[in-house]
Amino acid sequence: MAEPLVSVRDLQVYFPVHSTGAIRRHVNDVKAVDGVSFEVARGETLGLVGESGCGKTTTGLALLRLIEPTGGEVVFDGDVMENLTSAQLRNLRKRMAMIFQDPYASLDPRMSIGKIVAEPLEVHGLADSRTEKNHRVGELLEMVGLSPDYRNRYPHEFSGGQRQRVGIARALATEPDFIVCDEPIAALDVSIQAGVMNLLEDLQRELGLTYLFIAHDLSAVQHFSDRIAVMYLGRIVEVADRVSLYEQPKHPYTQALLSAVPVPDPAVERSRQRMVLEGDVPSPIDPPLGCNFNPRCPQVFEPCTEFDPSLTAAAGHDVACHLYDPSEPVLDG
Amino acid sequence: MSDHLDDRLAAKPVSRTRETLQTLMANKLAVAGLIALTILVFVGIFGETIAPYGINEIDIPNRLTGPSGTHWFGTDDLGRDVFSRVIVAARVSLQVGFIAVGFALVVGVPIGLVAGYYRGGIDSFLMRMMDVLFSFPAILLAIAILAVLGPGVGNAMIAIGLVYTPIFARITRGSVLVVSEEVYVRAARSIGAGNRRIIARHILPNVMAPIIVQTTLSLAFAILSEAALSFLGLGVQPPNPAWGRMLAEGRNFFQQAPWMGIFPGLAILVTVMAFNFVGDGLRDALDPKQKSVIESRGQSV
Repeated sequence: MAEPLVSVRDLQVYFPVHSTGAIRRHVNDVKAVDGVSFEVARGETLGLVGESGCGKTTTGLALLRLIEPTGGEVVFDGDVMENLTSAQLRNLRKRMAMIFQDPYASLDPRMSIGKIVAEPLEVHGLADSRTEKNHRVGELLEMVGLSPDYRNRYPHEFSGGQRQRVGIARALATEPDFIVCDEPIAALDVSIQAGVMNLLEDLQRELGLTYLFIAHDLSAVQHFSDRIAVMYLGRIVEVADRVSLYEQPKHPYTQALLSAVPVPDPAVERSRQRMVLEGDVPSPIDPPLGCNFNPRCPQVFEPCTEFDPSLTAAAGHDVACHLYDPSEPVLDG
Repeated sequence: MSDHLDDRLAAKPVSRTRETLQTLMANKLAVAGLIALTILVFVGIFGETIAPYGINEIDIPNRLTGPSGTHWFGTDDLGRDVFSRVIVAARVSLQVGFIAVGFALVVGVPIGLVAGYYRGGIDSFLMRMMDVLFSFPAILLAIAILAVLGPGVGNAMIAIGLVYTPIFARITRGSVLVVSEEVYVRAARSIGAGNRRIIARHILPNVMAPIIVQTTLSLAFAILSEAALSFLGLGVQPPNPAWGRMLAEGRNFFQQAPWMGIFPGLAILVTVMAFNFVGDGLRDALDPKQKSVIESRGQSV
């Protein structure tokens, strides 16, 4: 792998839980992200999948320091973000952007879309004159497939897909290297999801973008990502390139996730065996001892309830599972 | 749904402001209020020119005469024309209203913005101060402030302004708490916008609706407070006319010359109601939840 553009090491985000009452005591933490590490190479798309509440969005937000991480470090193109002053950090924001999940909430309803797209230019002083700014805004709107004539219209006059395009234009305004796409199509109608996906793909090719693509839907990231990281309850359980992840999932959770993706061929769909997980995701306030997945894992054995598996390389995958840990004796093959 | 929105794109851009105005104009009471306010402001500006008599033109032989063709609202105990005095007094009432509420806005809104946006210690500090002001009954606090500053129109403005400051601080803070959690605020932060820019460009425009409504309603109450203070002799000083003062003077002659009190009282009533109608109309136009209530009410009729 080439020199990573972004590397995340042991990222932790804990949200404190306080007791109710007159004196608020810090009683516990919601461990939304609990020791996540990954790297994203320049020009690559890393898919980050997991079910709702597993901490994938929080990971994206903490990576961009839109929320303060509790621990760990993020290195962006050689700069450790924790060490930056707030002025340096704001300057670095030129090079990274985020596309948000809900295009209805992520655009300021009181601003015309022209102003929304122009804001990053103003913040970073990227346009010297009004004409230059207008020109650039028109260019950006065109780039995402919107007519520049729409610039004076307000977000409520657009459909979800069009709004998401505005969000993408805003993200592109500063010509960033790295974009966190937080479920950018999850809130859109199925009929327009493909259009937005294709747009993101084209933009990556033309502009050499690096994506962290967050999704809860494996099929959405399948075609789009170079590598995929699977998250469960605040941790990454498996990372692999997309082909081998889909063909040979190692972690029992990945296997379960994949078996939930419907197959378009009804004959295959009928005959294949689904792997249905029992129980619910444990609370991130009080995760189980050992592997977080152990209460639901069909292949649980002794070390799972005692020790945390660490992410280790196994046949081209990085897996956090005792089944693949060479230091653990595998009991039942 | 997307088809529906695409159809709308073919139409002219509809800004929220225009939509709000359209809703406001559909509200008959609000339009009546607006017309009344326009007349009031006109009277306030040109009162001295319109008034048929001088405000201090004393005419003892014609004292306490009832409303007639020569003196529309009658005359007071010194033979002064009540109509002229009511008209001229409009200016000071509006002035006190606008300046006092302006003061409350300029002080209260920034306090609310800072408290709601930064939260934590600064929030507690500022809002506890506001709570102290708020815990006094409005008119008592105004009287207390005037007791310190001394009576007069200028001090009445400050006193009323201070009384209304916590209302604006609270309303602003409450909305800021909600708006600052919006995704578009996070989006602004993600592109590198600083706190000041976020507050000015994203938070403030999105908390304006309740502030505008409160401003209109507060104008009504500020004018009422001014009348009350003048009634008590703490606001406008004689011989200058003020509705509250005239009401107080009229009280002594209520048996013989009820018009001395009735007409200034009516002026207060009309002004306060006009501001209230406009305020209520604005609230309906700006608050989508209220809007749906009114629309459904209209449909059920």
